[in-house]
Amino acid sequence: MSRSPLPPPRDTVIKVKNLVSHYGPRMILKGLDLEVYQGEIMVIMGGSGSGKSTLLRHMLALETMTSGTISILGVKIDRASPRELAALRKKLGVAFQGGALFSSMNVVQNIMLPLVEHYDLDPKTMAIMARLKLEVVGLAGFEALMPAELSGGMIKRAAFARALVMDPKILFCDEPSAGLDPAVASAIDDLILQLRDALDMTIVVVTHELESAFKIADRIAVLDQGRILFVGTVNELRSHPSERIQNLLNRRPEDDTIDPDDYLRRLTGDHGTGARV
Amino acid sequence: MTIVTTPNAAVRFLERVGRVSVRGVAEIGEGAGLLAQSVYWMIMGPAQRQPVRPQAVFAQMMEIGIRAVPIVGVMAATVGIMLAIQGIYTLRVFGAESRVTIGIALSVTREFAPLITAILVAGRSGSALAARLGTMEINQEIDALKVMGINPVRFLVVPAVLGCLVMVPSLTVFSDIVGLWAAGVYVGAELGMSMAAYVDETIQVLTEHDILHGIGKSAIFGVLIAVIGVINGLSVTGGAEGVGRYTTRAVVQSIAAIVITDMLFVFAVTR
Repeated sequence: MSRSPLPPPRDTVIKVKNLVSHYGPRMILKGLDLEVYQGEIMVIMGGSGSGKSTLLRHMLALETMTSGTISILGVKIDRASPRELAALRKKLGVAFQGGALFSSMNVVQNIMLPLVEHYDLDPKTMAIMARLKLEVVGLAGFEALMPAELSGGMIKRAAFARALVMDPKILFCDEPSAGLDPAVASAIDDLILQLRDALDMTIVVVTHELESAFKIADRIAVLDQGRILFVGTVNELRSHPSERIQNLLNRRPEDDTIDPDDYLRRLTGDHGTGARV
Repeated sequence: MTIVTTPNAAVRFLERVGRVSVRGVAEIGEGAGLLAQSVYWMIMGPAQRQPVRPQAVFAQMMEIGIRAVPIVGVMAATVGIMLAIQGIYTLRVFGAESRVTIGIALSVTREFAPLITAILVAGRSGSALAARLGTMEINQEIDALKVMGINPVRFLVVPAVLGCLVMVPSLTVFSDIVGLWAAGVYVGAELGMSMAAYVDETIQVLTEHDILHGIGKSAIFGVLIAVIGVINGLSVTGGAEGVGRYTTRAVVQSIAAIVITDMLFVFAVTR
């Protein structure tokens, strides 16, 4: 699916400024800046331990930041009151990596849950709304199944349906095509593109799947060791001169030169400067 | 082989004791916080358009209370008979077997029924609660609730706390009745006392205070079981192995907390 580049400027819906985050004594995000524009698909990429999942959790206000600010739809989530945060969360949809469907509820109950908890609607109306979302994700007819009875691809689709049921302004997807066979992964990618095109939805996707990222991204942010290495379009990324980025794109491991003496010291736990016996 | 305790080992031991102590105090604080939040959501939930769902509370009451009736009944009857056997054996020394009903009535209602019931609920429902919440935690279901704007304490914890708060005392009353009845059957067979005479003596011995003593502390046990189950469930890390570890921890901590609280309660109320 080919698309023309987005016409700038567009409204900024997510603004991350100088975000610093620690996990215990370890610094995970080291002063990170990122902007996401209205109606774009922003893919956040990076290797394992680069901090992409931590960044996503911060954007969802699931972690406490050390310093910096995150503003989503004009709400500074680090300073928002519980009431403001609750109001903001109604405008966000999240499709978790493993689906995070509630195992004690069937598919339609899972999808209806946000409606049941936030609105006083007739149950029949809510069921119709849930079925509509199931139609959108291609899961019509599976309403009565329990999550344990679904395949990996169906779980992801059901998670998308639940994320969409409140008609969110921003959709966050954590590794949407990870662990799926190529055909199902491609169908999930197509679904993300359809949501952007049909609903002008802003979508933030965290993934390490290059093929999927190149297919869906309007812009890509590459994270490396807690910092943003690159933000730009797919073409800009492909032609970027940085060796680290090219290593990532070509799936080459980093050329870490190992000092044999240092390696041995680390193995034996000898951090002193004295002579070794 | 000689084990030499170096200063390093001693320091490490003290560090470990310190860490465990700090963690213990932190968990007590977490429990208190969780309880305060639960009370907040019970009262303020409707005003915030996030009421506690009665269906969820009834589901928990069904699971914690109704489904435990058979095992609580069997255990209460066993304990009642055991008390009757021991009581008659002890009083026979003084030739006072017929006074066994006093011991049985007071022991069952004040101590054994609440204790046995709470320990059974801790093993059955406290572990189930910890395992359920632990599995939800590692499957990101708790995160999913948060990002949907659904408070996990209101949605998951309050029904469990209310379920335990109502059903543990209810089961204790049931346990009182079954325990006393089973003991009465044994006393009747052993001493030739009629059930009517046994019931009459038991009613004369028992006061309102004795029954409320048992029911009152069983309500405290119920809250302890729920809070300890929730704290352990939400602390789970390390996948399926972590769920097993924290589930076991929840049961051990619950039983220890029940027995210690019982002693403190008796000390405060009985002396």
